[in-house]
Amino acid sequence: MRTESEAELAEAIRSATGPLAIRGGGTRAPAPASGDRLDTAGLSGVVLHEPGALTLVAGAGTPLAEVEALLAAEGQRLPFEPPDMRGLLGREGISTLGGVTAANASGPRRVQAGACRDHLIGVRFVDGSGTVIRNGGRVMKNVTGYDLVKLMAGSHGTLGVLTELSFKVLPTPEAETTLAIDGLEPAAAVAAMAAALSTPWEVSGAAHHVGGAAWLRIEGFAASVAYRAARLAEALAPFGSVTEAADSRAIWRAVRDVEPFHDRPGDVWRLSVRPSEAPEVAGRAGADDALMDWGGGRLWLLMPPGTDLRARLGAFEGHAMLLRAAPQTIAQLGSFPPEPAPVATLSAGLRRRFDPRGILNPGLMG
Amino acid sequence: MELPEPNPQILARRDQIVARLRAALPGNDVISDPAETRAYECDALTAYRCAPMAVVLPRSTEEVSAVLRVCHEEGVPVVPRGAGTSLAGGSLPTADSVIIGVARMREVLEIDTANRCVRVQTGITNLAVTGAVEDRGFFYAPDPSSQLACAIAGNIAMNSGGAHCLKYGVTTNNLLGVTMVLMDGTVLRLGGPWMDAPGLDLLGVVCGSEGQLGVVTEAWLRILPKPEGARPVLIAFGSNEVAGACVADIIRAGILPVAIEFMDRPCIRACEDFAHAGYPDCEALLIVEVEGSEAEIGEQIGLIRQIAARHDPVEFREAGSAEEAGRIWLGRKSAFGAMGQIADYMCLDGTIPVSALPLVLRRIGELSREFGLDVANVFHAGDGNMHPLILFDANKPGDLERCEALGAAILRLCVEVGGCLSGEHGVGIEKRDLMVAQFDPADMEAQMRVKDCFDPHWLLNAAKVFPLQVSAPRRVAA
Repeated sequence: MRTESEAELAEAIRSATGPLAIRGGGTRAPAPASGDRLDTAGLSGVVLHEPGALTLVAGAGTPLAEVEALLAAEGQRLPFEPPDMRGLLGREGISTLGGVTAANASGPRRVQAGACRDHLIGVRFVDGSGTVIRNGGRVMKNVTGYDLVKLMAGSHGTLGVLTELSFKVLPTPEAETTLAIDGLEPAAAVAAMAAALSTPWEVSGAAHHVGGAAWLRIEGFAASVAYRAARLAEALAPFGSVTEAADSRAIWRAVRDVEPFHDRPGDVWRLSVRPSEAPEVAGRAGADDALMDWGGGRLWLLMPPGTDLRARLGAFEGHAMLLRAAPQTIAQLGSFPPEPAPVATLSAGLRRRFDPRGILNPGLMG
Repeated sequence: MELPEPNPQILARRDQIVARLRAALPGNDVISDPAETRAYECDALTAYRCAPMAVVLPRSTEEVSAVLRVCHEEGVPVVPRGAGTSLAGGSLPTADSVIIGVARMREVLEIDTANRCVRVQTGITNLAVTGAVEDRGFFYAPDPSSQLACAIAGNIAMNSGGAHCLKYGVTTNNLLGVTMVLMDGTVLRLGGPWMDAPGLDLLGVVCGSEGQLGVVTEAWLRILPKPEGARPVLIAFGSNEVAGACVADIIRAGILPVAIEFMDRPCIRACEDFAHAGYPDCEALLIVEVEGSEAEIGEQIGLIRQIAARHDPVEFREAGSAEEAGRIWLGRKSAFGAMGQIADYMCLDGTIPVSALPLVLRRIGELSREFGLDVANVFHAGDGNMHPLILFDANKPGDLERCEALGAAILRLCVEVGGCLSGEHGVGIEKRDLMVAQFDPADMEAQMRVKDCFDPHWLLNAAKVFPLQVSAPRRVAA
């Protein structure tokens, strides 16, 4: 079912008699929920873009590419660098702003600029009973009432269906460069990234492909980028030979979209860990391939199909999400990690209150 | 401002409840003598006062849990308190409530510079977090004006901001995890030293929930490497409109200053009389601070100078030394003290879209004349966070009420132009009854559902945030 307005969407939810599978562009959900498909693609269009106020408001169904093109024309961008998951997950489709938000999809710049949820400043959504709810607004600082904006980011359609989103955007810097250090073991790579992220030179990307290079990105005005890159290269000299990479943009697109895992068989797990523990966790996982982003804080692992990685790892500081696997593996292991009892009780309580009939992407998050 | 009637059954059981609290806390940590509980009758919103039934000052998460279990079993309302610096009355007690203060929980539990985070007990002051890490080259970014005194607990409850959040974000953007205690004594952990939530972002909704969802006892905070240097410039203008246009142009140019502060004429004059910072005689002035190396600062200030020149400034003053930088900030930092010398004042914190700045300042001027009370404006211009200071005389009958009415009119104006009631102080008791101006019933209902889930009996700080008639069915049913 495709709806063309928020009112139509609300009516569709009110009159639903069974589960609804909420869908933006269908490019990034780990597994489609069961139920009647409810499409948000019709809720498309930029409502407001005020470059001097760094603000963008758009319908949830607006294609991400359209938003990025509009911002680029004004020299601006979504600072959190939303990944394109189509190559990794083998999907077609057109990524939407609502889908990005529902997944709190954030790329390498998370370490410096923050996540999707940090730039989301307002939402409109329809809850499971068909009621339209607003929270936040179009201003950057807003502590009026509870911050349901954060709660909706990353809620994967289980608390309500997003209809309109407001974002804080930022100017696109004049220049960027990436430093590379080859031949580092994971522990040394994470140490080098930690050292870089602890300098005042505003590193906006810190990633390492195990067996490959460690990359560190700097962005800003050209003269400033040159200065900081030089200082950073000095600071990193103890870790190995530091070179300037040829194509900074291509490197970060590859990290963002996890290109090293494209077209390779196996399950894809995404972990959040205490960055310094990434090498140890990756080692214990026994993965076929590993990509570390966020200075080690985000760990992408390519695992043999059907591996129960959570069981293999046992307790660690962080969590593991299964992003790509056969449907039966996802059904068996769950995409989302189980939560400790008191947290699970709260999450279930919120879902029950926002979606009393349990019809919005039921079972997707637990 | 109205508080719910105290529950006579609770007041009648006062001695029994206090005895149970004493039994729960082994140290000398329960205050019930009315002469002593009076110290907790208000926070920094001193216009409203009400002494609590008792005050407890636990020393650990376990003790907070023990106290909350007692209050939960006895059905006693609880008001959490950090350092009591709320400008919105966030920790104003009710007469039948127990205050749980975290003032004795001030330890730094873990410093992890490799992962750029710290774990602290939440009674620690904001500035003490920076103090604990600055010798290693780090700082904690959110910097509310009260940072010397305010506790991280209150910062989390109110999602506090500060002058430098244009670049670094507010508390929620710098908070990685918490340990918190629910009203029934359940201890839970949300987040940790990693960068996203495994499921629903409960941490995101706990931050800024004004002590209504639980008592946060420990926090994981993100720390950042200190910049190489920072320097402010002062730019004076002939009108508010021109200063506002200059702010928008600086932002569009791709410069991201750490702070852009704005002062209007009444504020400039008061600060000048009080602090003698040497501010120029002008209608509006901006203080813009940039960071980086010497060369980077020079480049950014050069760009700002070019942009400002297009707006024909009365004066452009660049700090040539640390002393001059201090003088540029001196007036701004003493603004509230200066106002306090002249009169009593109420400080609002509505936020507006930056583009609405000239209109809103003009309308505030008109409202000020209409209500017969002076208003001085000093605010974080880069993100549209206003701080109108309404001057009044607390000893003059009717003045406080007029001030409240003018404040309400200004905040409604902020909402009308697309902004909000509160950008960084929180709703508390102060803006509670104005929530209906910003939110439809369904919007508030959705927020109250969250509280239903964390605190089903509505015992935690329940007289705040939501207008009493809106929350009444829940508070009464509970």
